[in-house]
Amino acid sequence: MSRFLFPKWSNLLLPTIILSGAIIPLYAVFFVAYGFSPKTLEVGYQPEQPVPFSHALHAGELGMDCRYCHTSVEKGAHASVPATQTCMNCHTQVRPQSPKLAKVRESYDTGLPVEWTRIHKLPDFAYFDHSAHVNRGIGCVTCHGRIDTMEVVYQKSPLSMGWCLDCHRNPEQNLRPVSEITNLSWDQQTELSADERKALKDKFHINPSEDCSTCHR
Amino acid sequence: MTTLSQDSNLGRVTDNTVDRPGERAPLVLNMNTFGEVTATVCRVNEADKAPFAWYVAFAAALGLLSVLGLCITYLIFTGVGVWGLNNPVMWAYDITNFVFWVGIGHAGTLISAILFLFRQKWRTGINRFAEAMTIFAVICAGTFPGIHVGRVWFAYWLFPIPNQMEMWPQFRSPLLWDVFAVSTYFTVSLLFWYTGMVPDLATLRDRAKGKVQQLAYGLFALGWRGSNRHWHRYERAYLLLAALSTPLVLSVHSVVSFDFATSQLPGWHTTIFPPYFVAGAIFSGFAMVVTLAVPARELFGLKDLITLRHLDNMNKVILVTGCMVGYAYSMEFFIAWYSGAMYEKFAFINRAFGQYWWAYWIMVSCNVITPQLFWFKKIRTSIPLMFVLSIFVNVGMWFERFVIIVTSLANDFLPSSWDVFTPTWVDIGTMVGAFGLFFTLFLLFCRYLPMIAMAEVKAVMPISDPHGAGAGKSHGHAAQHGHDAHH
Repeated sequence: MSRFLFPKWSNLLLPTIILSGAIIPLYAVFFVAYGFSPKTLEVGYQPEQPVPFSHALHAGELGMDCRYCHTSVEKGAHASVPATQTCMNCHTQVRPQSPKLAKVRESYDTGLPVEWTRIHKLPDFAYFDHSAHVNRGIGCVTCHGRIDTMEVVYQKSPLSMGWCLDCHRNPEQNLRPVSEITNLSWDQQTELSADERKALKDKFHINPSEDCSTCHR
Repeated sequence: MTTLSQDSNLGRVTDNTVDRPGERAPLVLNMNTFGEVTATVCRVNEADKAPFAWYVAFAAALGLLSVLGLCITYLIFTGVGVWGLNNPVMWAYDITNFVFWVGIGHAGTLISAILFLFRQKWRTGINRFAEAMTIFAVICAGTFPGIHVGRVWFAYWLFPIPNQMEMWPQFRSPLLWDVFAVSTYFTVSLLFWYTGMVPDLATLRDRAKGKVQQLAYGLFALGWRGSNRHWHRYERAYLLLAALSTPLVLSVHSVVSFDFATSQLPGWHTTIFPPYFVAGAIFSGFAMVVTLAVPARELFGLKDLITLRHLDNMNKVILVTGCMVGYAYSMEFFIAWYSGAMYEKFAFINRAFGQYWWAYWIMVSCNVITPQLFWFKKIRTSIPLMFVLSIFVNVGMWFERFVIIVTSLANDFLPSSWDVFTPTWVDIGTMVGAFGLFFTLFLLFCRYLPMIAMAEVKAVMPISDPHGAGAGKSHGHAAQHGHDAHH
């Protein structure tokens, strides 16, 4: 037969079409859904800081309260990074000559702040208020993890929109009494029953909104 | 297969629009053998050079296509502010064009699916390029929702794709149903079109002289050899696809109409919309088929296959659907009065006598008055007249969508928020450019793919009647496709 029919190699076309038409788009969807998610890209971000400040030592071993340094957390949207003056409250007395503190002393002398590297970044179009959360039963540990065990702080939560919504849709799991807000070793899941957490929800009048304008103002 | 020659209709017959009692009017003129059909259709694809007019048309189409490209690029780089949209009128040319093109697409499926299931044999002459037209029209339609979202790079948000935001399209919104309706429609139409083309592609493959043509047609012909088993499976597949796409003819434009009908805007919030939109879609689709068929049959010498009877039949469909559309227009006014709702009343009086009165009356003259001329057989069978009238219908149907969308938005409940929409050059360029995309694809199709479903046309010729009892009296005993197309 001289006429051109369907050469044997063209049998490969069908698998190729199925692969490119179905499997590759499917792969692309999963790649974007998981590969591009902050869970993959952001969690574990642990930049080197200009001063080797150990949260494990200060918040863990020494048991300092978070609010000693991050003073505005209960009052404002931001949990402020402390001024050098706050460090020097102790460090004029404690290890005043330590070489690890050179940058802090320099800042204290010049009046220029220590340039810490920011870890937890929210995009500009997302509004977040610390005070609204910590005053109504969301502990530091819920989002930031066991800071009191971190030698160098890293990002524990994805801070993705989906992650925010997980809690906004189901806040009971993360509620604790205000007295335990900064207690990083206290776990509401084991310390409180589901009913007690539910009671907290009613007590704090928690009815988290899922409207776009709640966070995108 | 022996050739029957006692057909009373043979000889130089050109008018097959007359119905003689006891005879079926021939659907193929001046051809006695299958070979003649094959030669006539394949000549278009096999000629070394296309007709001169083809090159002129193709150059013009490419020119318009580049206008579309420029307008879209400018839109993407600048933002939707380059269109004339304003606060109450947030949809205008973009969605007008979208609905217009989706509507055009409806004739293809109606011809290929519904007329097939009803055994309307005249569909075979026109179904191939009507389906091609459908696919190209849906491509044009699909462009508009994609670019009107503003941030084009987020157009994939139209689809429910899992994402870190845990955000999904609003499943209660008809805009999402639209995404599914139109993409389903496109997929099924494409499959239907391609499946029907396989035997004809094999014919082109067997006749091809060049290596490239052999390879290209050969691959797409899927190894078709015209064996009994091939035909059997082909017929099953074709029937199944016809059954699958039949509901789509009704569903797609119904869903498009929900975009408006489920809102609360007077002028949009109407229960008549789904059937009214479907009738309008078929109306405009058939008009577009006539607009394309008239020059195509002249240019490529297909007058014996797309006969006057085919055009006559299509004009009858235009007449019927045109009457439905006219009925819908008057019923909208009746309900506006009968409802006693002042906003509804205002919306319709404003439509006819408000700031866009001219658009409304263009619509009424083109869509209600024009098709009434098709009551006259002289007009139905006059090539120049039907060409002009079909263009009027196309214009009218574009204005119908413009009127529905823009007049309702521009003057809503609150007089303080009223405004006027004026198109910018980008609006107009995008609208005109879409025709460039459409005609570029259509002209490429004419040149490189079989424009007529050869295998199907052969099955409605008198000589394929196995009883052979005088081909003129052939009653078309389910003898479809029972022949090897390649001889």
